[in-house]
Amino acid sequence: MSDPTSKDFTAACPAPFAAHDRVVLAHGGGGRAMHRLIEGMLGAFDNEALAARHDGAVVSVGTTRLAVSTDSYVVRPMFFPGGDIGKLAVYGTVNDVAMCGARPRWLSVGLVLEEGTPLETLGRVVESMRRAALETGVAIVTGDTKVVERGKGDQVFVNTTGIGVVEHALRIEPASVRAGDAVLLSGDIGRHGMAIMAAREGLAFESDITSDCAPLAAMVQGLLTRGLEVHCLRDCTRGGVTSALVEIAEAARLELELDEAAVPVHEDVRAACELFGLDPLYVANEGRLVCFVPEREAEAALAALRADPSGTEAAIVGRVTGAGRGTVTVRSRYGTARALDMLNGEQLPRIC
Amino acid sequence: MRFVDEYRDPDAARRTAEAIRRDTTRAWTLMEVCGGQTHAIVRFGIDELLPPGLSLVHGPGCPVCVTPVELLDKAQLIAARPEVIFCSFGDMLRVPGSHGDLFAVRARGGDVRVVYSPLDALALARQHPDRQIVFFAVGFETTAPANALAALTARRRGLRNFSLLVSQVCVPPAIEAVLSSPANRVQGFLAAGHVCAVMGYEEYLPLAERYRVPIVVTGFEPLDILQGIHATVRQLEAGRHEVENAYGRAVRREGTPAARALIAEAFEVTDRAWRGIGVIPESGYRLHPELADLDAERRFDVGALVVAEPAECLSGLVLQGVKKPLECPAFGTRCTPDTPLGATMVSAEGACAAYYRYRRRTSEGAA
Repeated sequence: MSDPTSKDFTAACPAPFAAHDRVVLAHGGGGRAMHRLIEGMLGAFDNEALAARHDGAVVSVGTTRLAVSTDSYVVRPMFFPGGDIGKLAVYGTVNDVAMCGARPRWLSVGLVLEEGTPLETLGRVVESMRRAALETGVAIVTGDTKVVERGKGDQVFVNTTGIGVVEHALRIEPASVRAGDAVLLSGDIGRHGMAIMAAREGLAFESDITSDCAPLAAMVQGLLTRGLEVHCLRDCTRGGVTSALVEIAEAARLELELDEAAVPVHEDVRAACELFGLDPLYVANEGRLVCFVPEREAEAALAALRADPSGTEAAIVGRVTGAGRGTVTVRSRYGTARALDMLNGEQLPRIC
Repeated sequence: MRFVDEYRDPDAARRTAEAIRRDTTRAWTLMEVCGGQTHAIVRFGIDELLPPGLSLVHGPGCPVCVTPVELLDKAQLIAARPEVIFCSFGDMLRVPGSHGDLFAVRARGGDVRVVYSPLDALALARQHPDRQIVFFAVGFETTAPANALAALTARRRGLRNFSLLVSQVCVPPAIEAVLSSPANRVQGFLAAGHVCAVMGYEEYLPLAERYRVPIVVTGFEPLDILQGIHATVRQLEAGRHEVENAYGRAVRREGTPAARALIAEAFEVTDRAWRGIGVIPESGYRLHPELADLDAERRFDVGALVVAEPAECLSGLVLQGVKKPLECPAFGTRCTPDTPLGATMVSAEGACAAYYRYRRRTSEGAA
């Protein structure tokens, strides 16, 4: 081949990319950058509970196993179609505790308030948290409030920590996933991310999309009380279904195959995603989980998910094909296959 | 979804793929010009449906990829200024210049905002009369009309705090650059349907004639792309080299006259440097002299900045269709979307990023 650099062209290419030496928004985006940042920090705290790489930690006190999880909420706008920061802060942490297979019982609440925030706004957030706690059966038993100067926060930031009790002998974690397992998804995807995007100032598009923000603890209890052998659960928040599946596949060193046609996506979400060039598989959810069960229990698990009000559109969307490097492959409607990787960088700033 | 699902119908796609296989008797190399098409091809696995020997190479039609590094550096210099609100399409924020990206500028306190239209930036200019609003006007002929409208509206309203950092490029000169390269192996082109929706396709007629290549105006859905490929293959097999419109539902011969008029009023043709390729004569737009006071390079005095790009990766060859991403030894190892060596790995429309995102297994298998 002749040298294409010889005539009018230079095949010159940009300078190597210097890794960020400061925190950028991508570090909170739920994708690869965040994953790496967290993996880097985890080394400092190495212990058995952390090593499970789950949404929460399961720790033992005597013969009792407790699940603990914490999460901070910085969503903007604070009030959006289908939810608000208060509801999200309760559901989100309750869901993380539930993903450990535990029954959520207690919650702590830490508030960081910005000087000048209307007390009426705070009141709405607190009332929303009260209702969400009541609905999910958790008691808010301790809390903390700090105020920062105007401009040093964004009205209301919330941190919640949840504690739940594990009432069964299963180990619900990535390491329990086995080749041949069925992968179930609890409902249609992408509504939370697109609802936030529509509500965010500066992104002028009108839609009726409401967040899928929902508690998942009752749904998990529904699986467990039926005696199903649940191998792993994860809620699909930032980074969407893809990040949840890739995290599990990588932690378990297994290969997954996803059937794109089986993944429920509502028409309005599909249309909005088309408009913005987004893939619904990467868009955030706040009330959806993926569930791994043995193939023989897939139909029973599906029935259990569908029995829950937010699981009516649950579907079997894939299976674990075997051991490997943690690749998630999606099979298209054309029979062709592509690999799914975690989001690179951020899809939306500060989605939750 | 109406007007989309029809063009993603698996049965129709299979039938068209069969027709392509039936009509292909020898090896051909086609180039899809537009990064959006590359993305769709890899996302839907369209190349897997083609007969062996019918090869698609990926063209220079990714505006994020071809924006020169010195313009990115200028963008960062301007964005770091305290009086500036720097507005950009989201993808541009991740593209590395000489010293990191616009996200890094934001992390250091720069006011960098993602907008979805230059008109959003205009609205910011009205809301913040005390700040300088700069819009990063990047793109091919597709973004040019809206950017032109923003410039003309700013002048009409007398907005003194709005300017544009312009990096507009055009498709036909890039096709000619590919065809005139001694390394060229492209025998037929899928022209970018959205660009042709604006500009029409008359300007491709002399190219098809001079270089004796078929150029088929092609859309972006799987069925559109397969039909574009089929039309190109049929021409090649028959020894024809014509400009053909396979995207009739969006493209007319003359394009969209109102949009072309806006471009003509706000811009004039100029030489442009393309990242990874070099300067291509008369290959882009700059603001018309009457609108020169809206030029951010002048307003913030960064016009003289020149940056040498070290030869590090193959993205120049990828953009010209000489190499495919998997032929690069750095692909998937030293170069990933997180740590890109070149712009083709950065943009969602970049060929390397599309391969990485959807073909990770292949690259690992090859490594």
